[in-house]
Amino acid sequence: MKNIDMLRTDLTRRGILKGGGALVISFTAPASIAAAATAATAAPRALDPAQLDSYLAIHRDGSATVFFGKIDGGQGTDVGIAQIVAEELDLPVDKVAVVMGDTATTINQGGASGSFGITWGGKPMRHAGAQARQALLELASKRLKTPVEKLVVSDGVISVIDAPSKKVTYGQLVGGKFFNVSMKWNGKIGNDLDVDGGAPLKKPADYKIVGKTPKRRDVKPKVFAQPATYVTDMRIPGMLHARVIRPPVADATPTAVDESSIKNIPGAKVVQKDGYIAVVAPKEWNAVRAAQQLKVSWTQPAPAFPDPAQLYDYIRKASVRQRKVEKNTGSVDQAMAGAAKVVEADYEWPFQSHASMGSAAAVAEMKDGVLTVWTGSQKPHYARDGVAALLKLPPEKVRAIWLTGPGSYGRNDAGDAALEAAFLAHATGKPVRIQGMRPEGITWDTKGPASVHHAKAGLDASGKIIAYQFESKGFSRLDLDSNESNPAYSLIGQQWGVPLKPLDSFGTPDEAYNVPNRLMAWETIAPPLDRVSPLRTSHLRDPVGPQIHFASESFIDELALAAKTDPVEFRLKHLSGRDAAAVKAAAEKFGWETRVAGPKGDSKADVVTGRGIAYAKRLGTIVVVAAEVEVDRRTGKVRAKRYAVAHDCGCVVNPALLHNTIEGNIVQATSRSLWEEVRFDRQKVTSVDWVTYPILDITEAPEKIEIVLLDHPEIPPTGAGEPSSRPVAGAIANAIFDATGVRIRRAPFRPDALKGSFA
Amino acid sequence: NAMTTQIHLVVDGKSHTLSVDDPNMPLLYALRDELGMSNPHFGCGLAQCGACTVHVNGQAARSCVTPLSAVKDAKITTLAGLGTPEHPHPLQAAYVEEQVPQCGYCINGWIMTAAALLKENPHPTDEQIRKGLTGLKCRCGTHMAIIRAVKRAASMA
Repeated sequence: MKNIDMLRTDLTRRGILKGGGALVISFTAPASIAAAATAATAAPRALDPAQLDSYLAIHRDGSATVFFGKIDGGQGTDVGIAQIVAEELDLPVDKVAVVMGDTATTINQGGASGSFGITWGGKPMRHAGAQARQALLELASKRLKTPVEKLVVSDGVISVIDAPSKKVTYGQLVGGKFFNVSMKWNGKIGNDLDVDGGAPLKKPADYKIVGKTPKRRDVKPKVFAQPATYVTDMRIPGMLHARVIRPPVADATPTAVDESSIKNIPGAKVVQKDGYIAVVAPKEWNAVRAAQQLKVSWTQPAPAFPDPAQLYDYIRKASVRQRKVEKNTGSVDQAMAGAAKVVEADYEWPFQSHASMGSAAAVAEMKDGVLTVWTGSQKPHYARDGVAALLKLPPEKVRAIWLTGPGSYGRNDAGDAALEAAFLAHATGKPVRIQGMRPEGITWDTKGPASVHHAKAGLDASGKIIAYQFESKGFSRLDLDSNESNPAYSLIGQQWGVPLKPLDSFGTPDEAYNVPNRLMAWETIAPPLDRVSPLRTSHLRDPVGPQIHFASESFIDELALAAKTDPVEFRLKHLSGRDAAAVKAAAEKFGWETRVAGPKGDSKADVVTGRGIAYAKRLGTIVVVAAEVEVDRRTGKVRAKRYAVAHDCGCVVNPALLHNTIEGNIVQATSRSLWEEVRFDRQKVTSVDWVTYPILDITEAPEKIEIVLLDHPEIPPTGAGEPSSRPVAGAIANAIFDATGVRIRRAPFRPDALKGSFA
Repeated sequence: NAMTTQIHLVVDGKSHTLSVDDPNMPLLYALRDELGMSNPHFGCGLAQCGACTVHVNGQAARSCVTPLSAVKDAKITTLAGLGTPEHPHPLQAAYVEEQVPQCGYCINGWIMTAAALLKENPHPTDEQIRKGLTGLKCRCGTHMAIIRAVKRAASMA
């Protein structure tokens, strides 16, 4: 019973088919997942980005389903989308269901990406909602023989002004039928997709649903352990369980596999193609045992990695693969030469792991010529493309269905699991469920890149920044693209010999300091190993944001000190408008006392406290974090005790969900700042579990996080999934300086790294 | 070919006799694979994260490292057996009220450990809550909401 039918039941219960009309069902939310695999190829209408019906359906009971080509990682993006559509459609929000991340029923809107869920993902949905409302009004006008201007809509019922008994419901008008309304599509697929049919949008002043706090839809199923909530719980009768065998050291390839070494384990078999090896068994524990027990001989390659103790020197000395100057205004050299004071500093940031709560899982089944893969990948449409390319299947013969994974926050190990499950199902002819053991999620996920940052600035006699140079050098943020659409971006693809195609990308500080002369640039270096590398990089939450803004916001505090100015005051001297307002809001909430940073009377005590502030932007969103830390000068242990955060992302769609999203960012970023660093030796990554990749413990979680939401309903939302991750490390480092007088320029701020620094 | 062993368990009030290839199989795999339960979750297999936590005779235990042979005839309670939407455990009600989880994959660890904690100490201080939950992992950083929910649940009891 705990199988695919449970999933179907669950999906049905969530309301996808609430009162569903037959016509709509046939192309949208299928009656069963299994049947849907067929429906995907035999759909009466291909998903057409220019058709309203591709985004929205009205059921006979008047409820609506939205088909959203992104996913939600637990922040409630789907609820925000439901609010946005319900607002434009004049339906109660609980009458709007949201289907996400199924390639058979949703258009590729880029998956979860760049905090764009609401920002960009919400745009076409908002237009679709408004367009549907207009189409419904036109239909009602005909039905009620009344001009549209004389009609009023309330909760999905259209009635005649002054004659409220003359009315018709959305369900009566189009329930279960297509709208057949075209919209102007901008021709783009992915994050940039937009449609606009010209229907007027509601004025923010009239919002009744946007700005309110409906609750998440996935919390109860998770809290009551209801089946089929997670991709890990997807089960298909007759499926095999799989575990992968990764190389013991980087660049090793298998020379022999001794299948007899697992012959005592019932049903266990090896599946191998080129360098890729997995074991499968009908029982999960037997697959686990077989993976542990299988004897494999490997090549013994030369050490592939630099000496970890010399990592930052290695980066500094490595030849530059690409240099990009992103901002170059005025003349930095000239202004620097005329400066009253010049300040210069270097900062360093380690490799970090997604280290998802559980290693990734995926389930795949080949049936009736269609390969369906259930995946926790943030980007299921690209996972479909990757599976199709890997197995040389036409994309329309592959369907990817997103289900909540055991963690996410970027291109983690989910993309690899999706492609591997697909291969194993294809190779064995049976449904296959694969899940990683702990190292697959920490040792073998893609990594956030290690980097060094050099900052130099000139101050004039009044203490204003007149010249500012900021350069980063590091591993590219994208050895792999941030999705798995190409086998070159997967471990299995590379193990089959598809060469890595590293992309060159990094970034520069995103802020609005008024500095007349600026040079902001980055340089990338080659990955230490160009294939099957556990140190390959790709996107980890707020890609390169934490490292860059750790450096830039620490540096701003160093400038404030050089200018003998309070850190808040110094920032306000260079900021205006919403940026300045956010700095003031955070400082006020924190109870910031104006003074130059540095140790106070208690600086020789064993345990000292300090406060620091940091500000950053991210694609329009402004975040300011003020932190209070406690430093044990004997042990080097830093505790981030208290935060005040000001967050301005334009229009706040759901303040309660935004609050929790920011809070999660702050705690996760505290973990990354204080603890997280991927350990490796010359041959392998040695972070393999939570002991060797420690993260923040609840005993170290802050005592208090206060969050000020600066709401601007008239400004389109600019995203909140990641921005508040980036200023945290800088705020902590600035607070450590304030407490101790010691400037820490290398993250993470682990006790073993800091011990002795405050003697 | 392999010998099978019979092991009796009571899970969420239901009696089961399992026939397994390996009596040292961790309880987690019996619950998920043999009994088809969707919880607890596999997180690390090393008792380092808590995602697999259940109660064994009322005590919170990491099912990923608990051999089946060690829980013969034991009374196992999982998150699904702790309460239902109709009759929630106070922690489940508080979790919903506070909208605690993000990805939520860690949830068994926190709720099952906190449930055992509240049984022993129905009105813990903040400090006792933190110490009682130390070692559990949450990657989404929902720790503040977890503490709020445990306090709320304690106030409901």
